[in-house]
Amino acid sequence: MTEHTEDVSGKPPSLWARILDSDITYSFLRTPSAIIAAAITLLAVGAALLAPWIAPFNPFDPSQISLWDGKLPPAWAEGGQPQYLLGTDNQGRDMLSTILYGGRLSIIVGIAAVCLGMVLGVTLGVISGYFGGMVDAVIMRFADVQLTIPGILLAILINGIGRAALPLEFREEFAIYVVIVAIGLTDWPQFARVTRGATLVEVNKEYVQAARVIDLPGWLIMTRHILPNVMRPVLVLATIGLALAIIAEATLSFLGQGIPPTTPSLGTLIRVGNEFLFSGLWWITFFPAIALVVLVFAVNLLGDWMRDALNPKLR
Amino acid sequence: MFAFILRRLAQSILVMAVVSAIAFSLFNFVGDPVNNMVGQDATREDRVRIRQELGLDDPVLTQYVRFLGNAVQGEFGLSYRIKRPVDQLILERLPATLELVLVSAVIALVLGITAGVYTGIQRNSWFSRFILSSSLVGVSLPTFIIGIALIYIFAVYLRWLPSSGRGGVVDLGWWKTSFLTIDGWRAILLPALTLSLFQTTMILRLVRAEMLEVMQSDFIKFARARGLSERAINFGHALKNTLVPVITIIGINIGGLIAFSVITETVFQWPGTGLMFIQAVDFVDVPIMSAYLCFVALVFVIVNLVVDLMYFAIDPRIRIGAQ
Amino acid sequence: MKFAKYLGASVAALALMASAASAQNVLRWTSQGDALTLDPHSQNEGPTNAMNGMIYESLVSRDADLALQPELAESWESSADGWTFKLRKGVKFHDGADFTAEDVVFSFARANEESSDFKEQATNVASVEVIDDHTVKLRTDGPNPILPNQMTSIYMVDKGWAEANNVVKPQDFAAKDETYAVRNANGTGPFKLVSRAPDELTVLDRNPDWWGEGQFPGNIDRIEYRPIANAATRVAALLSGEVDFVLDPPLQDLKRIEGAAGLKVTTVAQIRSIFFGLDQGVDELRTSDVKGKNPFKDVRVREAFNLAVDKEAIKRVVMEGLSFPTGIITPPGVLGNTPDNDTPYGFDVEKAKSLLADAGYPNGFSIQLDCPNNRYNNDEKICQAAVAMLAKIGVKVNLDAIPKAQHFPKIQNRTSDFYMLGWGVPTLDSHYVFQYLLEGEGSWNATGYSNPRVNEITQVIATETDLAKRTAMIDEAWDIVKAEMPYVPIHHQVIAWAMSENLEAPIGADDALRPRFAVMK
Repeated sequence: MTEHTEDVSGKPPSLWARILDSDITYSFLRTPSAIIAAAITLLAVGAALLAPWIAPFNPFDPSQISLWDGKLPPAWAEGGQPQYLLGTDNQGRDMLSTILYGGRLSIIVGIAAVCLGMVLGVTLGVISGYFGGMVDAVIMRFADVQLTIPGILLAILINGIGRAALPLEFREEFAIYVVIVAIGLTDWPQFARVTRGATLVEVNKEYVQAARVIDLPGWLIMTRHILPNVMRPVLVLATIGLALAIIAEATLSFLGQGIPPTTPSLGTLIRVGNEFLFSGLWWITFFPAIALVVLVFAVNLLGDWMRDALNPKLR
Repeated sequence: MFAFILRRLAQSILVMAVVSAIAFSLFNFVGDPVNNMVGQDATREDRVRIRQELGLDDPVLTQYVRFLGNAVQGEFGLSYRIKRPVDQLILERLPATLELVLVSAVIALVLGITAGVYTGIQRNSWFSRFILSSSLVGVSLPTFIIGIALIYIFAVYLRWLPSSGRGGVVDLGWWKTSFLTIDGWRAILLPALTLSLFQTTMILRLVRAEMLEVMQSDFIKFARARGLSERAINFGHALKNTLVPVITIIGINIGGLIAFSVITETVFQWPGTGLMFIQAVDFVDVPIMSAYLCFVALVFVIVNLVVDLMYFAIDPRIRIGAQ
Repeated sequence: MKFAKYLGASVAALALMASAASAQNVLRWTSQGDALTLDPHSQNEGPTNAMNGMIYESLVSRDADLALQPELAESWESSADGWTFKLRKGVKFHDGADFTAEDVVFSFARANEESSDFKEQATNVASVEVIDDHTVKLRTDGPNPILPNQMTSIYMVDKGWAEANNVVKPQDFAAKDETYAVRNANGTGPFKLVSRAPDELTVLDRNPDWWGEGQFPGNIDRIEYRPIANAATRVAALLSGEVDFVLDPPLQDLKRIEGAAGLKVTTVAQIRSIFFGLDQGVDELRTSDVKGKNPFKDVRVREAFNLAVDKEAIKRVVMEGLSFPTGIITPPGVLGNTPDNDTPYGFDVEKAKSLLADAGYPNGFSIQLDCPNNRYNNDEKICQAAVAMLAKIGVKVNLDAIPKAQHFPKIQNRTSDFYMLGWGVPTLDSHYVFQYLLEGEGSWNATGYSNPRVNEITQVIATETDLAKRTAMIDEAWDIVKAEMPYVPIHHQVIAWAMSENLEAPIGADDALRPRFAVMK
């Protein structure tokens, strides 16, 4: 990947210049919802990634937790304590910190899963489009078939199989990777399809034909010439895919099949909090749920706008 | 036509072969099947005997063929946990899932098409905009959060509707239905609503897009030119023309509903196949997992086949499969 | 028009159904997990026995206060070689067959089959001798003063029915098919099975021909049991009036339930203690970063663990006040528990740290804690709390919380380093605890703890009849255990039931619902 970015940015005009100059920037600056969405997304991603530095506590470090501080309401409510702004959960973890760390996990899992799907999809897509024939037929058949099955179901199934295959004692330890793989594997066909389409267009262009004539190796042509040209639609897909991946992770965790409660993601927090909903400890569910919905909504909004701005044909 | 159907059939069989291979391998790489069947005080001889009885020492291919043979007849063995034949377990829980899916599909279609048509015709009314923006919120709300919110509002706070289970179920002998009692209807309402919400937004958006496109078409322009009333144009012509693609959506819609029923059933403890699957994963109940996998794959293959055929029937110009 | 007519008819039918249902006293209840099977001899598990106990009956049973009560036997007396039971006359099974001495012989034989889960209890009976149609003698090998205590969950099955339906043997784990008895039942009890959909709905109807008709306060006509695995959903079902009774409401919701109109909570101390086991038997722990030796072999490490766990905090926050912190793994009410040894070890992080340092682990070590997540009150949450508490003395605990079906084999196979276990004492005597948990070879003693004197006492008190001597030995054994700390005792459990105010159901320390005593207003 580094190879091609270097390559692209080396060409005048630079990538940044092109982006700033493009109709995308124009569209972005004139779409308030996109700006807001981008701001929220950036804020959420920033807060999540910086969680270890900005969170008041480290909820994943058990030695910092005091059970006596468990089940405290938010600071403004009766019985709340000022150091726990959003209250504490049943184990005595600070909700704000737990949400920041949990959101971080959710975003990391989402991004990792999308990256996995993207790498897989783009690779297969380029190969499919570049070589054509049998290779193309087989890959695309698989993509077609998989596309007919809703991603979330596939993720649940793959995750279920993955968990079952792990010996019990490794289940919690490897849960996060199983989740990433499960979601990533459900994501690839969209990427493959789009990439293949774009590749087919590029392959027939003269410069690729020329490169073939001078006997450049196939992988070089694919990475140097074709990849940069399919990145735009792929980025749109990745953004939309990120929202879906975050939901998928949360869903798996809510079903008790995802991230374990010792290092909870947003979905795990909602599941654990759900047990306390009727006992009046609403904040254990409510705040993570709001955080999740806002995050997903912002990413979705951004994705929607990008789709419209970048490629009306994808609609 | 024949070639097309044949190709689709071959494709479906291929899918089932792959899925069944995965389902089969589950038995072998997820723990020792004998350990899952006998108590820990079983003797070595017992284990050897059961291994032989189950044919676990045969070549893998033989075992796979035998598994396929049994699977085709719906036999997946005994559940490790409940100790009952898996095919029976699935058949018993199937009515619950199918009824839930049916009610959700009806809700999604009625709400989705109504709202879609409305927003398509009244493009600029504030209500249309409201519907559209709330549909985007709807897409961002994970199913389980909708479920929790509905339970909290209608079951716990207002106490209008039950929060879980199927309520009054009437056993017709071969089918247990919740459609024949008031309790049954009350119980199905919340889960069906939860399940339908995502599909509703999808149908809404599709119908609206279709509607907008049709309204721009020459055909409607001619109708206007002929002086037909707006009402006649909207419902007599435009809607009729948008329904063709919508009908094909229903197929896909059913697939989506079955997928999300796993989540809805867990939230509402709805005693269907999805809940059974999630519980099976918790207990590593391989026979159930394996059977559910095959079952879901089969449903999808059939639904897709039917949808493809419908496409073909509706629009012969489509040559799906041609690259 | 046609449609309207049809609609009218169905509305009328619905109204009929609704009124038919409301004319009876229907007890709708729920709990976490369904009975595993209706075969009365296949699974010896609390919820399964409780459900089967509504349909089937044993010769002798226990009431809610756990006192022995005559059930299918009217009286019994012991002799040197066994016990003679006078059977109740005129008792019929649900299918109309008479209950006779033959059925007792058959039922004990069935409970003694290879596939039975009640062999341990049933083997106390060497043979069953028919004296006449309504008298049997259960022969034992030598005197057995507590035989009636040991057979309260051996249910009586009709011989003819079992033979007719090919269920002479209990359902076998390794069987390829379920047997007829798994979903069909034919007992003598106060309720008849109407329908059974496992994990979904089980319906029982009052048995009008029951022998005890009119002798018990209960007035339930119909029981509908629907398991709800999710705790929050169970509470929601109670709050919204879908069920009248929840056997296992989550403790954190009790306040809310009590505050809700028309609902109440009853509690009773349970005969069950919760504790952690430390494997001090193996030479090297499986999941620790300490290699070549086992830190748990050092009593200082075990004491540090005991001092690091804040039982009071677990009681207040995790258990919502519903537990009794303790220093012994057996609860009050059991012979051997004294106010003295019941006192917890105390909570002292500094001392725990210095003990660990003295033992050579100033920076602690790492270990895996195996924990069930669907067995005891808030089991997983207690473990999570313990993880945080042990972290404060430098012990890094990796928690593995799994369903009980997978957790218990780890203990029975002795493959866990550090685990949670709960132990109930049905005989109300310490011998039961020594035999399983402290004797070197005890089948649930995964700690590897083996003290010659404790082992000896376990042997001796099994046959010692001098009560004073016996009690002194039990006290001695507990003093040894208290000093050597093979376990980390946490607390004794409290049972809480939540129900509608219209329901009066006596709560029992064995957590079993006894519908024959349940009254609906």
